[in-house]
Amino acid sequence: MSNIVLHPGTPIKIAILAMGGQGGGVLADWIVEMAEHAGWWAQTTSVPGVAQRTGATIYYLELLPEAAAKAAGKPPTLAMMPTPGDVDLVVAAELMEAGRAMQRGLVAPDRTTLITSTHRSYSVTEKAALGNGIGDPNKVLDAGREAAKRVLAFDLQALAEKAGSVISASLFGAIAGSGALPFGREAFEETIRSSGKGVEPSLRAFALGFEAASKAPEVPAAIDTSRPAPVVPDRVANPEVQKLLDKVKAEFPPVAHGMLVAGLRRLIDYQDVAYAAEYLQKCGELRALDERNGGEAKGWALTQAAAHRVAVAMSYDDVIRVADLKTRGSRFERVKKEVGAKADQLVYTTEFMHPRLEEICGTLPAGLGRWLENSKGIGGFVKRKMEHGRRVRTGTLTWFLALYALAGMRRFRRSLLRHQIETAQQKDWLERVVRLVGKGDYDLAVETLHCRRIVKGYSGTHDRGDKRFAALMKAADELAGRPQAAVTLHQLLEAAMADEQGRQLDAQLGMLLKGNLTAGNQLARQAA
Amino acid sequence: MAERSFKKEVQQLRIPAGQEFRGEGILAITKALLQSGVGYVGGYQGSPISHLMDVLADANEILQELDVHFETSASEATAAAMLAASVMYPIRGAVTWKSTVGTNVASDALANLASGGVTGGALIIIGEDYGEGSSIMQERSHAFAMKSQMWLLDPRPNLESIVQSVEDGFELSEASNTPVMLQVRIRSCHVHGRFITKENKRPRYTLKQALENPVRDTSRIVLPPASFAHEHEKIQQRWPAAVKFIREKKLNEFFDGDFKDIGLILQGGLYNGVIRALQLLGLADSYGNSRIPMYVMNVTYPVIDEEVVQFCEGKRAVLMLEEGQPDYIEQNLHAILRKAGVATHLSGKDVLPMAGEYTTAAMRAGIEAFLKAHQPDALATHEAVAADEVAEAAVAPVPKAKPAAVPITFHPKVKALADVVPPRPAGFCVGCPERPIFAAMKLAQADLGEHHVSCDIGCHLFSILPPFNLGATTMGYGLGAASSSAFNVKTGKRSISVMGDGGFWHNGLTSGIANAVFNKNDGVIVIVDNYYSSATGGQDIPSSRADNPDRSTKNPIEAAIKGAGVKWVRTIDRTYDVARMRDTLEEALTTTTDGPKVIIAQSECMLNRQRREKPIFTKKVKAGERAVKERFGVDPDVCTGDHACIRLSGCPSLSVKDSGDPLKEDPVAHVDSGCVGCGNCGEVAEAAVLCPSFYRADIIHNPTGGDRFIAKIRSAVIGWLQRRRAARLAQYAL
Repeated sequence: MSNIVLHPGTPIKIAILAMGGQGGGVLADWIVEMAEHAGWWAQTTSVPGVAQRTGATIYYLELLPEAAAKAAGKPPTLAMMPTPGDVDLVVAAELMEAGRAMQRGLVAPDRTTLITSTHRSYSVTEKAALGNGIGDPNKVLDAGREAAKRVLAFDLQALAEKAGSVISASLFGAIAGSGALPFGREAFEETIRSSGKGVEPSLRAFALGFEAASKAPEVPAAIDTSRPAPVVPDRVANPEVQKLLDKVKAEFPPVAHGMLVAGLRRLIDYQDVAYAAEYLQKCGELRALDERNGGEAKGWALTQAAAHRVAVAMSYDDVIRVADLKTRGSRFERVKKEVGAKADQLVYTTEFMHPRLEEICGTLPAGLGRWLENSKGIGGFVKRKMEHGRRVRTGTLTWFLALYALAGMRRFRRSLLRHQIETAQQKDWLERVVRLVGKGDYDLAVETLHCRRIVKGYSGTHDRGDKRFAALMKAADELAGRPQAAVTLHQLLEAAMADEQGRQLDAQLGMLLKGNLTAGNQLARQAA
Repeated sequence: MAERSFKKEVQQLRIPAGQEFRGEGILAITKALLQSGVGYVGGYQGSPISHLMDVLADANEILQELDVHFETSASEATAAAMLAASVMYPIRGAVTWKSTVGTNVASDALANLASGGVTGGALIIIGEDYGEGSSIMQERSHAFAMKSQMWLLDPRPNLESIVQSVEDGFELSEASNTPVMLQVRIRSCHVHGRFITKENKRPRYTLKQALENPVRDTSRIVLPPASFAHEHEKIQQRWPAAVKFIREKKLNEFFDGDFKDIGLILQGGLYNGVIRALQLLGLADSYGNSRIPMYVMNVTYPVIDEEVVQFCEGKRAVLMLEEGQPDYIEQNLHAILRKAGVATHLSGKDVLPMAGEYTTAAMRAGIEAFLKAHQPDALATHEAVAADEVAEAAVAPVPKAKPAAVPITFHPKVKALADVVPPRPAGFCVGCPERPIFAAMKLAQADLGEHHVSCDIGCHLFSILPPFNLGATTMGYGLGAASSSAFNVKTGKRSISVMGDGGFWHNGLTSGIANAVFNKNDGVIVIVDNYYSSATGGQDIPSSRADNPDRSTKNPIEAAIKGAGVKWVRTIDRTYDVARMRDTLEEALTTTTDGPKVIIAQSECMLNRQRREKPIFTKKVKAGERAVKERFGVDPDVCTGDHACIRLSGCPSLSVKDSGDPLKEDPVAHVDSGCVGCGNCGEVAEAAVLCPSFYRADIIHNPTGGDRFIAKIRSAVIGWLQRRRAARLAQYAL
């Protein structure tokens, strides 16, 4: 029957997944250029759509030896888009884009080499979360180990930056180093050279990518997402601080040492050694309580939570703190480094500050602050005069001295209105913790400590956190004695951080009031 | 100034005849136009043919050498009406736009053009924005060809076929006195390929000649009774002429195959995908040789009855592959076969998806189902990616694994990716001046409550997406204000409409502004003036500030609006002033002045601005001159990780990173090196009273002696104080 002859020759199929501005098009063009130079047919297509600014784009290439086409007597007919399960090389310019490639089925276990940069470019949804919305990068590598024939994963963005170039160059190097394409290193490098733009940095980035890929392990290692534990020193210079350190080591379980040292560090920096001692005193009381209530068996959860949350609560963010942090020499150096200023360049910073009446009153002695807050006439006058955005040029003498003096008010902090407010709130909070432990609600007490996470930020953000914290504390009291109380409170905390308007928290608190919110099952159902 | 320059690439348009051209689809189309002796070209930019307009703009010199007139039309309607030059005169003209949206806009002019018919070839190149990556409603341009009886070409997606169909299109148009639409899909516009060139031709008859020798033939004008005659003429003369031309010139292609009693009928544009699908079923090779006969319709309208009958006769069953819905061609084929008494079974959307893009995978599944029913042995006898020939291959085939029959998306670990792989919607660029407008709108709504917001086409449409989540509808380019026109009732809240400068000049001035004035609409209209038609790639428009030697720019929007009768106009010439923007919006929403309240929010598109300013800055620095660069940053110890700033900004360079502080588990905000120092972060933090962690760093390059002197004094005092305080802390170091 056969009068049609099918000729041999199957193209190499390559998909490049990149985001707008990452140079995916440049990379595709380089591959085309190189392939054509080496006597191959090369076709590339994409769906860039000029409007797709930051969206993800797939560039798709097919390469076929020209000799094969000659033998067949016809130019090849190449596909315009990747077919799931039929791609030889997938290149992802960002880690989650590698995940997307697998979701689309472009990666096949018996044939696809997957090259991905492990750096992250967070999506808006990840960044906009009220807490930590970042996706787990290891899930992508886990899937890659199953879905691809081989995975090469390393931070090609960092390598490109190191070389003073862009990621398309280091990706090109990684492709060369992976050996996934039948072209020698020379051919790759010649392509960069003949492009004539930023040749030297591109070649450097190429070399780094090449090296990383040629030395890449068969199976990529997991990405370390753990946070380094605080260093606990053996000895320190100052005898008073040494006393505190000794106390930590003598009286607290080792599991809490790191957090306690971090707490001491923060509070000495924030106020003084006496204030840090006060902190340790509070933590010591809670540790004793913890011990009396079987804390050891619970992994000292209460002590650990206290070490963390009390330190943060005591170092509340006030105007003095901001002025202090903004005027430090170490900060001036950090800014210079971050903006990449050279030694012969001058750097001046401008801060964007917007003090409100509350902040002004908070920085006054308690009595005066209260009076001003309640005084309609003068308070209103101050509000009108003072409450507007200020561009503070920290590098000028006038502004620096003003901020420096403000930071120096640290020594009066304990007598200021803000401190009074914060202290009262802390007292209330810690008393609640003690009460809950006393009632046998150990886990709920731990969660009550952790609820402090929601109080953060300045101005409106801080007020919002304060309000939600108060709502959570009320809920903690309601929950006392109920089964699964801690889990429920934790879920409420998560709800409080789910959206800015507090819709989820309101909804769940409403259910709690109606008695419908009993532990996980109700919520689980809702989530489902 | 367009986003991408094709100055280098357009030199390819000068390639002498007989040489090989290698490049992108749109560039090949331009070359084909020149090879066809086109007399004038127009169009309106929009993906996927934005680059075609940019190529033409950059090729203006070459076009002028050949006496070809090119202009950027005000809208697709303008472009279509431009083809009127081919009605009375034997001048070839081509226009281009994004379809179906552009064809919608143009259809009034197109219908008139098609009714009277043309003398010179009239070609409409439509960039079909359908399927993956599309930014518009999913419809077919096919319907326009049918309703106005224009011919529709859908060539095979390789440069040779596309170039050929440009030339064929002009000839077909002239042979049948009918405008011809040439459809190119997104991927065809951007495909890199090759073809052998022909000589560029000057137009046979020029616009100059036409103007000097005017012709007027009332039988070509759409006025009764001529219009009645046109309808008959379309059927009695133009259609048969077209069919004759298409058959004689063999515009449609027949490909032989082994399984002679079945066959595939397909739109030309699907050809490469169909070949790949067959290849994956072991029924074709990489060069288009197929075991199954194919009838490739490079002309999808009109359908040539005789060719269909000829292909189907003697076949048990054929499969029609037609992308999109309704299934116009399939219905047509049923009618043709029935009328001709051909008993061949016709399959189509019964085995293929009714709607959606025809991906290779979708077509493979459809063809497989068709073969299972009508030729099951075809599936049994061949291995996937067959290489039947044993002849001495000149090259050793690259060994590789067979494609997976089923991709492993079902694996639990791949499935689990759904929890972590975030959606990546398109958003505003780094430093975009439109971002502060919508941050201000969010703040205004926080003060005055939520309002109904009508959106429009353009970059500003991204305000619908996170983190802004603003806007309820988008009804078409320039129609933002018009889509609020029903809300013309007195109540406590006013509607807010958004319109871009591109949309404003496209039609918004009349459809939105003049309409609101005339109907005494009380709503608020925000015109986003970023100096370019930015969404389509930064092309100039009448209000652009650029010096464009070929166009008249710098025509202020404000003057046009006032001319249309708007009394309440506020122009904000720096959108980054979030507080002012918010206050102006609030004033517009609350003022007692009657009639539309128009706010013109102006700041230059940052992409374009950077492209313009970066080289100047670098040059200045290199020359040793004093230059200040601004960048933003966040103090990680001041930031508490609530990310309210991000929820009001969404700038790609405003990201998050680990705080490095064991007491701070939430990542802190962080400005990466992509920052262009637009100032939005600081302005938002200030206007929304967020937090003091943002700073602007002014980096002074090549500081003057004066700069250095002041810096010395400052750092002496500041440094001394800093060291004093640091020493105190160091004393207690832990």
